[in-house]
Amino acid sequence: MKRFFSLLLCLLMIPGMLLLTGCHGSRSLPDFVPPEEFDESRSYTVTFWAKNDTNKTQTRIYEKAIEDFQALYPNITVNLRLYTDYSKIYNDVITNISTNTTPNVCITYPDHIATYLTGSGTVVPLDELFADPDYGLGGARLRFPSPKEDEVVPQFLGECAFAEHHYAIPFMRSTEACYVNKTFVEALGYTLPETLTWDFVWEVSEAALAKDSQGNYLVNGQKVMIPFIYKSTDNMMIQMLRQKGADYSTPEGDILLFNDTTRELLYTVAEHAATGAFSTFKISSYPGNFLNAGQCIFAVDSTAGATWMGSRAPLMDISADRVVDFETAVLPIPQFDPQTPRMISQGPSICVFNKADPQEVLASWLFAQYLLTDEVQTAYAETEGYVPVTRTAQASAEYRDYLDRCGEDDLEHYEVKIRASRLLLDHVGDTFVTPVFNGSASLRDAAGQLIENTAKSVRRKETVDDAYMDELFRDVNSLYRLGSGSTGGRKDLGPLPGTAVFLLSALVVVWILLLAYWLFDLLRKRKRENGT
Amino acid sequence: MKKTIALLLCLLLILALAAGCSGGGDKKSAGVMTYAEYAAAALDTKVVIETYVQAKQSWWDDKATVYTQDKDGAYFLYNMACSEADYAKLVPGTKIKVTGYKSEWSGEVEVVDATFEIESGKYIAKALDVTKLLGTDDLIKHQNEFVSFKGMTVEPIQDADGKDAAFLYKWNGTGSEGDDLYFNVSLNGKTYNFTVESYLCDKDSDVYKAVKALQIGDKIDLEGFLYWYEGVNPHITSVKTAK
Repeated sequence: MKRFFSLLLCLLMIPGMLLLTGCHGSRSLPDFVPPEEFDESRSYTVTFWAKNDTNKTQTRIYEKAIEDFQALYPNITVNLRLYTDYSKIYNDVITNISTNTTPNVCITYPDHIATYLTGSGTVVPLDELFADPDYGLGGARLRFPSPKEDEVVPQFLGECAFAEHHYAIPFMRSTEACYVNKTFVEALGYTLPETLTWDFVWEVSEAALAKDSQGNYLVNGQKVMIPFIYKSTDNMMIQMLRQKGADYSTPEGDILLFNDTTRELLYTVAEHAATGAFSTFKISSYPGNFLNAGQCIFAVDSTAGATWMGSRAPLMDISADRVVDFETAVLPIPQFDPQTPRMISQGPSICVFNKADPQEVLASWLFAQYLLTDEVQTAYAETEGYVPVTRTAQASAEYRDYLDRCGEDDLEHYEVKIRASRLLLDHVGDTFVTPVFNGSASLRDAAGQLIENTAKSVRRKETVDDAYMDELFRDVNSLYRLGSGSTGGRKDLGPLPGTAVFLLSALVVVWILLLAYWLFDLLRKRKRENGT
Repeated sequence: MKKTIALLLCLLLILALAAGCSGGGDKKSAGVMTYAEYAAAALDTKVVIETYVQAKQSWWDDKATVYTQDKDGAYFLYNMACSEADYAKLVPGTKIKVTGYKSEWSGEVEVVDATFEIESGKYIAKALDVTKLLGTDDLIKHQNEFVSFKGMTVEPIQDADGKDAAFLYKWNGTGSEGDDLYFNVSLNGKTYNFTVESYLCDKDSDVYKAVKALQIGDKIDLEGFLYWYEGVNPHITSVKTAK
C-alpha cells in the first residue's frame, strides 16, 4: 500500500513540476467572470483594509457603513482592518499577494494598484461589474441606492482607468491647497491675489525674512520663520511641471522627469531654500504646526488636512500657548499661469481583489459599491476637506446644507475645512492626475526626492550647479530604479532563467530515477517470488 | 624664583593629569567632535561623533533609528544607513563613530543622512533624574538622554469620545493594541504628555503592559529617552510604582 502511495506521489509530483516550469509569469488566479446571480444561500466574509486619518469619526463611518451593509446582506460579514498610512497598506498588500491572502476590498491609490497588477489576475477589472444590469452601478437587484455610472464624477472615475480597464472606483477626492496667513501677508504690505502665483509666493517669502537687530523676524517677532513650507514635494514637482506644460512620463511608462524644466525648477527651489524662505515637511515638520505658531505664511498641504490648519483648527499638534491668532486664506496652490490653473487630483480609491470563488468577489463588489451611497459619501467627506465622488452625493440636500453652514462652528463646520472642500468643487475641471503604470509610484517618489535633496544640499552649503544636477539626476534615477524599463500593465516575465530550468530539470530526473529504481526493484522481487 | 616656577609647573601638571584621569568626559578620536562641539554646531552642518548605542527604535529598508549617548550628552540617529546584519550588532553599549548632518525636526535635534562604523568600547548610561527640571528651560539641555522621572501622578487623558482614560492608543485614542501609547502625568500641578513608542517598546514589552495597567491617580516612577516633538515628549521605557 505504501508503495502504491509512493508511486502515486511520484506521478503527481512530475506533472506538478512540469506545470511549475510552464506557469512562470502566467496568472495564479483564474480571470474573474461575474456570476449571473448572487448566491444568497451561502455566507461570505469580506476583508476590508481601509485608511483613516487618525480620525475617530472616519472610523465610525466605516463601522456604520459595515453595520448598515450587513443589515441589508446578512449573509456577508465585513471585517475591517484600519491603517493610518497608505504606504503601509501598500506594503501589506504586496506581501500578501505572494501568499494569495490579499484583502477582498482595499482603499488604495491607482499608482499602487499598478504594482499590484504585476501579480497577474490579482485585482479585478471592474468594467463588466459596472455594466452588470443587476449588480452593477445602479443595478436593479441591489438592496441600496447605488449611483449609476454617469453619476460618478467622470473625471474621478477616469482616474481609476488604466491598462485598458477600470481597476478601482473613486472613494473620496481632495487636492492640495495653500493655507495662507493673510494677516502676515498684509502686514508685509502685500494684497493676496485671487490666485497665487509662484512669483508672488517667492517674493513675499523673501520679504518675510527681514530681521531686527536682536535677530527676531520683523513679521512675527519670533526667532523662527519659514515663510513657505510644502508638505508633499512629489506633488510640488509634478504640479509645477504640469503647469509649465513640461514632460513627466508617458502613459506607457516612459520616464521623462529628468529634463531641463525640472532642472530650472530645482534651481528656483535651491535659491529660496538657501535663504531660508522655503522648506519641506521632511526637512522641518508639518506645515500646519509652523502656520499655527505664526512661523509660516504659505503652508501647502492636502485639503484633506484642513482641520489642522488655522489658529482655530480643531486639530492641533502644538500647545495652546504657542498658537498665534491670524486670518487664514484657503487658496489654490501657486500657479505659473493663473488664467489656467492646474492642480493635482488625489484621494483614496477602492479596489477589489480577485479570489478563486467568483461569488466571494461579487460579495466584495457589492460592499465596495455600497461605499458610494450618498450616506457614506457625504458623511465621510464632511470629516475633512474631501469631496464626495458622486454627483448625487454632491447635490444631496444634506451636503448642500453642510457647505452652506461654513464657519458656523469650529468643529463640523470649521470654515477652513469647508473652504478647502469648496476649492476642489470649484476647480474639478482644473485637476489632473499623472499616468498610472507599474513604476509610477516610484517615479512620484523620485520627483519629490529631487526637491528634498536640492533643498538639503543648499542648506548644507553644497554647490548646486549643473554638475550637481547631473549627479542628482543620476542618483535619483538609480535610487528608484527608474532606468530598469518598468512599463505599464501586466508583463509576461518571459522564460525561466537557465539556472532555474536546470534545477527543476534535475529534480524531475531524480524523481524519474527513483521511479525507475522502484519499478526495477519491484520487478526483481516478483521475479524472485516467481522463481521460488 | 626658579623654584617657585618649577613648583607651579609641577602643580599644574598634577592638576592636568588629575583632570585627564577623572573619567568625567569622553575621550574622542582625532577628527571627532566632543558633545560640547556637537551641541554648539549649527543645524545642517556635517558632524562626526563617537557615541554608544542605548536603544534601537527601528530598522527598515536599510535604515536604522537609534538612541545613543556618551558620557556628556545624547544623540538621536534618525534613519542612519545600516544593513540588517549591522543592525543586529548594535546592541546596547556598542560604541560607534557616526558621520552625518545635524538637523532639527519639530524641535527634535537629531543626526540625519548618517553612516557609521563600529568601534571598540562600551558604555551604558544610567538614567539621569530630571524630575526637578520638568517645566524649566534647562530640561532641553538633556534632550535625547536616558532619564528618569520620580513620583509622578497619572492624570486623565481624554479619549476620542471625550471620556477620561489613563492612557490612549495613538495620540487621540483612534489606535488599537500595538500602536503607540500616550498618557498624562503631573508634578506640582503641571501635566506632561508621555509616550510609549511602539517601535521602541512593542506590545509585548513590560512597559507597554505596565502603561495599559495604569489607573488615574497612580503614583509612578518612569524611565525613558528625552525625545522632543513640539515640546518635551519622552519615549518611556520603564514604569514602576513610585517608591
